[in-house]
Amino acid sequence: MATNSALMGFVHRRRRGAELFLLILALLVGIGAYAAVGLGVEGEVPTNLIGYGGWLTLLVVAAHLAVRKVAPYADPVLLPVVAALNGLGLAIIHRLDLAKETGLASQQLTWMTLGVALFIGTLIVLPDHRLLARFTYTSGLAAIALLILPMLPVLGTEINGARIWISVGPFSFQPGEIAKMLLVITFAGYLVVHRDALALAGRRVLFLDLPRGRDLGPILMMWVVSLGILVLQRDLGSSLLFFGLFLVMLYVATERPGWLVVGGLLFFGGAAAAYRLFGHVQNRVDIWLDPFADPDGTGYQLVQALYGFAWGGLVGRGLGEGMPERVPYAESDFILAAIGEELGLTAVMAVLLLYGLVVERALRAALISRDGFGKLVATGLAAVFALQIFVVIGGVTRLIPLTGLTTPFLSYGGSSLVANWVIIAILIRISDQARRPLPDLNEAHDDPDDQATQIVKVIPG
Amino acid sequence: MNKPIRAVSIFCMFLFLALMANVTYVQFWRADEYNTDPKNARVAAAAFSRERGLILVGEDPIARSEPVDDRYKYLRVYPEKQLYASVTGYLQLGSQTGIERSQNEVLSGEDPRLFVNRLVDLLKGDTNQGGNVLLTLDPAAQKAAFNALRDTVGPEGEGSVVAIEPKTGRILAMVSFPSYDPNQLASHDRETREKAYDRLDSNERQPLLNRAIQTRLFPGSTFKIVTAAAAIENGEYTADSQVESGATWQAPGTTGSQNVIDNEGRSGCNPENISFATAMGQSCNTAFAKMAVKVGPEKLREQAEAFGFNSDYLQDLGPQARSVFPEEVIDTIDGVQQDPRELNDAETARSGFGQFSVQSTPLQMAMVVSAIANRGALMRPYLVDQVQTATFDVLETTEPEKLRDAISPQTAAQLTDLLVSTVDDGTASPARIDGVSVAGKTGTAQRGVEGKAPYGWFVSFAPAEDAEVAIAVMIQEAPGKQIAGGQLGGPIAKAVMEAVLNR
Repeated sequence: MATNSALMGFVHRRRRGAELFLLILALLVGIGAYAAVGLGVEGEVPTNLIGYGGWLTLLVVAAHLAVRKVAPYADPVLLPVVAALNGLGLAIIHRLDLAKETGLASQQLTWMTLGVALFIGTLIVLPDHRLLARFTYTSGLAAIALLILPMLPVLGTEINGARIWISVGPFSFQPGEIAKMLLVITFAGYLVVHRDALALAGRRVLFLDLPRGRDLGPILMMWVVSLGILVLQRDLGSSLLFFGLFLVMLYVATERPGWLVVGGLLFFGGAAAAYRLFGHVQNRVDIWLDPFADPDGTGYQLVQALYGFAWGGLVGRGLGEGMPERVPYAESDFILAAIGEELGLTAVMAVLLLYGLVVERALRAALISRDGFGKLVATGLAAVFALQIFVVIGGVTRLIPLTGLTTPFLSYGGSSLVANWVIIAILIRISDQARRPLPDLNEAHDDPDDQATQIVKVIPG
Repeated sequence: MNKPIRAVSIFCMFLFLALMANVTYVQFWRADEYNTDPKNARVAAAAFSRERGLILVGEDPIARSEPVDDRYKYLRVYPEKQLYASVTGYLQLGSQTGIERSQNEVLSGEDPRLFVNRLVDLLKGDTNQGGNVLLTLDPAAQKAAFNALRDTVGPEGEGSVVAIEPKTGRILAMVSFPSYDPNQLASHDRETREKAYDRLDSNERQPLLNRAIQTRLFPGSTFKIVTAAAAIENGEYTADSQVESGATWQAPGTTGSQNVIDNEGRSGCNPENISFATAMGQSCNTAFAKMAVKVGPEKLREQAEAFGFNSDYLQDLGPQARSVFPEEVIDTIDGVQQDPRELNDAETARSGFGQFSVQSTPLQMAMVVSAIANRGALMRPYLVDQVQTATFDVLETTEPEKLRDAISPQTAAQLTDLLVSTVDDGTASPARIDGVSVAGKTGTAQRGVEGKAPYGWFVSFAPAEDAEVAIAVMIQEAPGKQIAGGQLGGPIAKAVMEAVLNR
């Protein structure tokens, strides 16, 4: 342990002041955008600017204080980045509200409040992310249960052709958003225990060491079941997401690149099969290949989004000066088209960079995390985030066929927002653990039992 | 596990780079293409919400954009309502007609000539404002033409008047009747707009049609000017010659009474030989039929084409119908199309007085007389005099352009003499103006439908020795009136000529 602490002589600084400064910038983005929407659309600063700004500030400061108190060594960039994204999203939703005469922004603010509350709650309830490893199987079963919920007759609701919602009273909820987080925990918990067996025991087939069935079986089952449910629900985006997530985590846990090859082949095989079997997959691909074939019908949404992006150009039309309401679902899946139209390529790049920062920070936490479970969870969450961004933004900008997914923190949608705040809380917890200085074990203590819980078992990565 | 995590990081980086590259492609490289796509409603709505330039006639705007308090910010207003509608057209979200369409780039402020100005505007923070378009129309002539035509043909009538300045090709008046109120079609109220359009579109008198350039009819006897031009130009006759005439003429190679050409009761044509002036003055069908056969179909067509038939020439307004002199005839025998052949004598004879397959727009006939009035030189007709910035600085003035010498100055002089005597002593006398020598020709074209009234035509120019205005009047329908000779068209032409000459 002595050598270890000498090796780890470098101690991360807390950087909470930096976080606060960045949070102020994030608030300026959110509140400034909200004021600009009022000025641009109605020609005056919104009357409730102070109330709105105050509430946003309150939420952000509360989150910051919670981090300061219970996760003082956490990464200082994560929270400001998501605060900025969430604030920008609120302003854009408000902008679309004014055009469409809806009231989604205030609902979104309510969801954000719940999200921040759960963020704080998660940080408080979860002093150490490794506690989550206890719930490996529980969370796996919970994920599958959640995924099945929308298929139940009373609870489930079909919205826009995908049966991925449940309604309880006036609230509708997308359980898949929570499930993706639970599955990360399940995969990480299982893989961290079985990684050696998975990597080393088994037979070699061609270039790949095939693990024993009893090692891979349970997790494979879990994955196949969840994927199967999503395919049945026609939720293409989530299927893609879960597939990629599992692949990345298996690769990271076993350190066997062969899995990526197998996964890639499976992906293309599955995609080809899906294209042949499912009409809706064919439709998506056809629209992607030529959205202008039917610009007023099936291609309408994508064509309008592309027009919107182009109309925005480099610096955008300015808030209130464009017509983002022309794009159906501009407030949810297609919110980036609204940003692109009114704030331009500049803002789209900024948003992509912010997302990139979240992923980078999550992977950095994974790299410096001292335990395998933390590494896997952080990598898994980063991968989920990156893949989701790629799938939805790639779809909206016609890089890949469109599959429905929300844009994290920007899109309107309670389940997505709340789930993502919890994900950030877990990432903050992992980074806090990773950056926290090691307890000095050389110092004599009165009661070693007191210290016992603080000893961190170092799992060399 | 750090090695695979680093690999995952690099993979994620490529995902984001792909997204960034693609967004740049969409918002930068492809943006121009998307932004000029006519199907892109944003482009249309943005142009519609901009302060458009004025369409000016003289000092006065005949189309202007007025600020209004709705989502499109500016409403297009046409203060003269029906008077200029066939020229200005109307503006709607995403579509325009008439000058609004042909000069859309200038009016909407997208024309590169306005760019310097726009740059200044941008720096000043102004929204980009469209440029103005000054038309060649003469308000006095336009009003005279519109009022005279409307009063002559009556509220249920149909017709058109075109007046050209022969030396330049400036169009001084362009009237189509019935007309419409473009304000209703430009309304921002969808119901008003659509109701107005449906009403106009379903009206069988076709008020939305600009008859001056879009309606082709048999020119009838006014085409005898072209036949005469061909005969003189090719040395068959001079204006002082005697020409063959006769009471009736069975066209060569034909039988049956339907192929007998007569003079509709004008007895001056009956002698076997009459003076060219009499033939023109009395509008003798037999004389011009024989003249056409003598000149031959090819030379007749060449002359017609020199005047502008079978070609497009007006660049400022569209769509325009192309006036036709037949190049060939394709017979159908037992439902099988035969090889094209040249016009036979009977067909040439009927073409000689503007029947058979000869068809002309009012603008085309105005050009024929305009070329004669301009010593044979045919000028390109134009409507846009100047393109101006929003602050009335002139960006471009249209220079008159000579299309070609349709006939020699000598031929023009002889034809002018013939046409002056037609007004002084012949059928075109209703266009006479005291103290001014007027050249003119009437026309009455059979529709080829039994029992339907003929079309009335009147072409003229004045003063004959140094013409300031050349006119074509076309009367398509004048319910309850006798459409014959110059009785209806003559006074309309006279009113317009007087309006121009009294400037």
